[in-house]
Amino acid sequence: MTDTIRRAQILDTELKRPELTSQLEETWKTERGLWGALSTVDHKIIGRRYITTAFVFLLLGGVLAMLIRLQLAGPEGRLIGPDRYNQIFTMHGANMMFLFAVPVMEAMGVYLVPLMVGTRNIAFPRLNAFSYWMFLAGGLVLWISFALDMGPDVGWFAYVPLSGPQYAPGKRADIWAQMITFTEVAALAVAVEIVVTVFKQRAPGMSLDRIPLFVWAMLVTSFVVIMAMPAIMVASTSLILDRLVGTHFFNPAEGGDVLLWQHLFWFFGHPEVYIIFIPAVGMVSTLVATFSRRPVFGYLPLVVALIGTGILAFGLWVHHMFTTGLPRLGESFFTASSMAIAIPSGVQIFCWIATLWEGRPVFKTPLLFVIGFIVTFVIGGLTGVMVASVPFDTQVHDTYFVVAHFHYVLIGGAVFPLLGAVYYWFPKFTGRMMSERLGRWAFWLIFTGFHATFFPMHILGLEGMPRRVYTYQPDLPWHGLNLFASASAIILAAGFFVFFIDVVMSARSGNPAGDNPWDAPTLEWATSSPPPAYNFAQIPVVSSANPLWEQPGALNVANGLHTDRREVVVTTITTAEPQARESSPQNCIWPLWTAIATSVMLVWSIFSPWAVVWGSIPIAITLIGWFWPKGTPEDEA
Amino acid sequence: MKRRIGTARLGLPLLLLLGGCDNWQSALEARGASAISLKHLIILIVAVCSVIWMLVMIAMIHALWRRRTAWRAPLDLVPPRERRLGWIVSICTGLTAVIILGFTVASFFTTRDISVAGQDDLTIRIGGLQWWWSVEYLDPDPSAGFVSANEIHIPTGRNVRLLLQGDDVIHSFWVPSLAGKQDLIPGRTNEITIRAERPGAYRGQCAEFCGLQHAHMGFLVTADTPEDFARWARAQRAPAANSADDEEIAAGRDVFMRKPCAGCHSIRGTQATGTSGPDLTHLASRAFIAAGLLPTSRGALAAWVADPQTLKPGNNMPLVPLTPDELRAMSAYLASLK
Amino acid sequence: MKERVVLDLSKLPLHALGPASVTWWGTLGFMLIEGTGFALVIAVYLYLMSLAPIWPLNAQPPNLLAGTVMTVVLIASVVPNIMLSRWAEHQDLRKVRIGMVVMSVLGIVPLIIRVFEFATLNIKWDSNAYGSVVWTLLGLHTTHIITDLIDTLVLTALMFTRHGDNLRRYGDVQDNAMYWNFVVAAWLPIYGCIYWLARI
Repeated sequence: MTDTIRRAQILDTELKRPELTSQLEETWKTERGLWGALSTVDHKIIGRRYITTAFVFLLLGGVLAMLIRLQLAGPEGRLIGPDRYNQIFTMHGANMMFLFAVPVMEAMGVYLVPLMVGTRNIAFPRLNAFSYWMFLAGGLVLWISFALDMGPDVGWFAYVPLSGPQYAPGKRADIWAQMITFTEVAALAVAVEIVVTVFKQRAPGMSLDRIPLFVWAMLVTSFVVIMAMPAIMVASTSLILDRLVGTHFFNPAEGGDVLLWQHLFWFFGHPEVYIIFIPAVGMVSTLVATFSRRPVFGYLPLVVALIGTGILAFGLWVHHMFTTGLPRLGESFFTASSMAIAIPSGVQIFCWIATLWEGRPVFKTPLLFVIGFIVTFVIGGLTGVMVASVPFDTQVHDTYFVVAHFHYVLIGGAVFPLLGAVYYWFPKFTGRMMSERLGRWAFWLIFTGFHATFFPMHILGLEGMPRRVYTYQPDLPWHGLNLFASASAIILAAGFFVFFIDVVMSARSGNPAGDNPWDAPTLEWATSSPPPAYNFAQIPVVSSANPLWEQPGALNVANGLHTDRREVVVTTITTAEPQARESSPQNCIWPLWTAIATSVMLVWSIFSPWAVVWGSIPIAITLIGWFWPKGTPEDEA
Repeated sequence: MKRRIGTARLGLPLLLLLGGCDNWQSALEARGASAISLKHLIILIVAVCSVIWMLVMIAMIHALWRRRTAWRAPLDLVPPRERRLGWIVSICTGLTAVIILGFTVASFFTTRDISVAGQDDLTIRIGGLQWWWSVEYLDPDPSAGFVSANEIHIPTGRNVRLLLQGDDVIHSFWVPSLAGKQDLIPGRTNEITIRAERPGAYRGQCAEFCGLQHAHMGFLVTADTPEDFARWARAQRAPAANSADDEEIAAGRDVFMRKPCAGCHSIRGTQATGTSGPDLTHLASRAFIAAGLLPTSRGALAAWVADPQTLKPGNNMPLVPLTPDELRAMSAYLASLK
Repeated sequence: MKERVVLDLSKLPLHALGPASVTWWGTLGFMLIEGTGFALVIAVYLYLMSLAPIWPLNAQPPNLLAGTVMTVVLIASVVPNIMLSRWAEHQDLRKVRIGMVVMSVLGIVPLIIRVFEFATLNIKWDSNAYGSVVWTLLGLHTTHIITDLIDTLVLTALMFTRHGDNLRRYGDVQDNAMYWNFVVAAWLPIYGCIYWLARI
């Protein structure tokens, strides 16, 4: 080793408590000011940014939803023309899936997983920063295009040939396809980070059977992301190639196939639902335990159910294609395999109810959202069983019945737990409590507004109303229920409004929270709220699945880490035996430059295939800048 | 309507399913053999699921508000009670599997029930186009076949085999009162069988998003008695009515042939042989124009020809400028194509 | 919260190598992503093949020579690659430098052969779906050779700087070697698809 590389020298054992924390603060801090903000790799700052940005997209997507409801409130609505309407419903779907639901779940993981496993930063923190910038760029590309009347108008599923070169002139479909690339790169990066964080950075002693269920859920989700998202990358790349350089993947006249798109899209698209749903059930398991005042019932079956859901997710894609003319022979098989997902879902519901049954429920806002989740998700799950039946599906596929079904699953099954989770972890994020009074208002408005808006859509679907229609004719008897749904949507929107007000007001002036306001059992509550830059002054040592309940008021910790370089503990996968003291990268601006270079290349490549050649050069340069050693103690071994 | 909204709020889907309403495009107003089987399956599954939901809710409510013994520390669990719960959860999981199996079997029998037509049944080729339906009655004797659009007549009591082909993008053929839907996919041919027992008119609509005017891609299936059907088919096979003695109609016909109209539409018996638009040979015999957009009348035809882009924005029929006289003559001619 | 020290970590190494290290698992994660990508494109190939009345569609199968030479070179490159990985494990700077130079050359050679491969595919990407999928398969693999080559070149340069003799660099060399093995392994099914399935 040469003398130009600084070495880490100070061990935490040599320091008294105030020195220890100030030294750690110095080593792990994010600089003030713009440069600090742009170059930070702190998972908490990035996670908070990610969550906030995703909620902004939720707000924007919600505005689109209200426009849709306004247009459909009466027959032959003239408020929005078909061209704009098609952009709006495409944007609503693409935005909610790719810019809100998936990112917000991953972002909760980015913030919480390192804290819950007791480490100081996520694995690959610079990749994490890069991921956020890519996500932000993808969102901006989509929304700026929409503002310029170039928003995609082919549905969030972009079926060919409608999205192909012949029927979708202009650049709208390419914007969709490239937005996919942005968000998938971001999602895949986070997935790898979380897998490695959970595998290698768990606190000493946190063996597999002591991992918090939310962390399990994020681990399973990350594997689903890794296996599913390449399919959509392959699909969207093939689509761009068909559109830009004249390949024929989806052109039946030249040996291509239209259904190939659907296979690729749904091989991703169905797991996508579970990518959103699995983190949500992880949240529910966490919340149920804390607010039942006991450990969750059936830890092992719950973990098995999470893994089972993740695996089954890949056997279901065909159920989006039941009306494309499948061989009759396969129908029963597809029906059975699609319905099988009800078993792991059922196990989880039963375990949660068992937990509540044997626990002592504390009716705070997070628990209300959990109750709302169970009420709603069971309906969504049961309608899911209905559409899993091939013959049943032929009557409801592509109708408002399905619109109702997946909003029950996605809002009831994922957004309700998410809102509960925000109420639950907000004190950790900000150090302040959210308002219990506004929380109750938000819950009841959202809950009633949601059901009144979406329940009638089941009936509309059975009464023959197809999806994705910009209007309907007065001689069809759908007017009343549509008007009712539209009016109810106002209640739903009001609920979200109250929620956002609560978030903003509480962030400014909520009651101080303290370290562990809910008396919860997991490690993120063992540090201050909000946590310091280094998360834990000393790395926790775990001997139970509920460490803070096992030893109230006390925490077993390890020492022997350096304080003058960013250092984390690497442990073994199964039993979490300590293996090494590994460095964790310093703040770094290069991920931002790399993200900018990548964004330029991706947007440019919508217009010219040569962008891939010339645009790759700046990417390569920024990547070299990223990986080239900087001579800090973190580069030293 | 009011009653329906009330029950929707109460969350009683079953009542809704059983309570009838008047709708000619509804899976709940099943009139065809397939749709009736499907409706039975729907009612069965929805009923079972409703019961399951209520049981889960009762369990949850009881879990939340049941009377409890004194306070205990979070980790102070009672092993026998945990074991008992374990049994209950296992049994419920087993029941879930049994119910799923039951639904799979019920689905299997429903699929088997749905009639399948043989090669010798009446066969119709349906083409889906942006945003209308071409309808071609196939016959072993090619001269007995004929082409129409947006309106399908079928004889009652007979299986009718539909060959579905997407001619541009993907569409989906759906007449909820008669059968479940099936997609029309470019490069592939799908089949579906429909059968109506009683005469009646059933509305259908494209169910796969297909672009700007997906919302206005309706069609009509009219079930006639076999005698009526034979009469109708005879009339359709004939070339277009030739009312040469009516001056206005003759003038309209002249306008039609002079203007770009004939480039896209066919009218058998005339020199109009275009194929990119619907066949108009017996346009006025159909109940609706423009794929279910407007009821057929001379006024509607005039309005449509005068400004198709306002009535159905984005559709592929261009605005052909006509003088008021030409328009009047044109509408007279089109209305004469019985 | 009262903290009670129960574990002393001060004897642990300051960097972990191989499966103990974080980057090793990260590399594996990205290999899993890209492996899934390769598998999917091969699945697309098989799917289109199953639909086609004849295969290849209106074209001669690709000439065997370039692709087979490519396969031989790639398989041969695994030997020095594994040796390099061993040297890195033993932290032998001199041998690692030599190995990195060799692997850089063995990264460039396939790119030259690849040009001939594209030229002898006997089909263009825009002729039909068969052409599209073989060009995509070959193109996807080529991007992996290029990215690994750039990585190798940068690492080679690093090994000749003051940053070279460092446990962390040796770990990077090992991970890079593992990734190259993946690039080679991914080629074999692609080779089978492009050159031999088209001849069945």
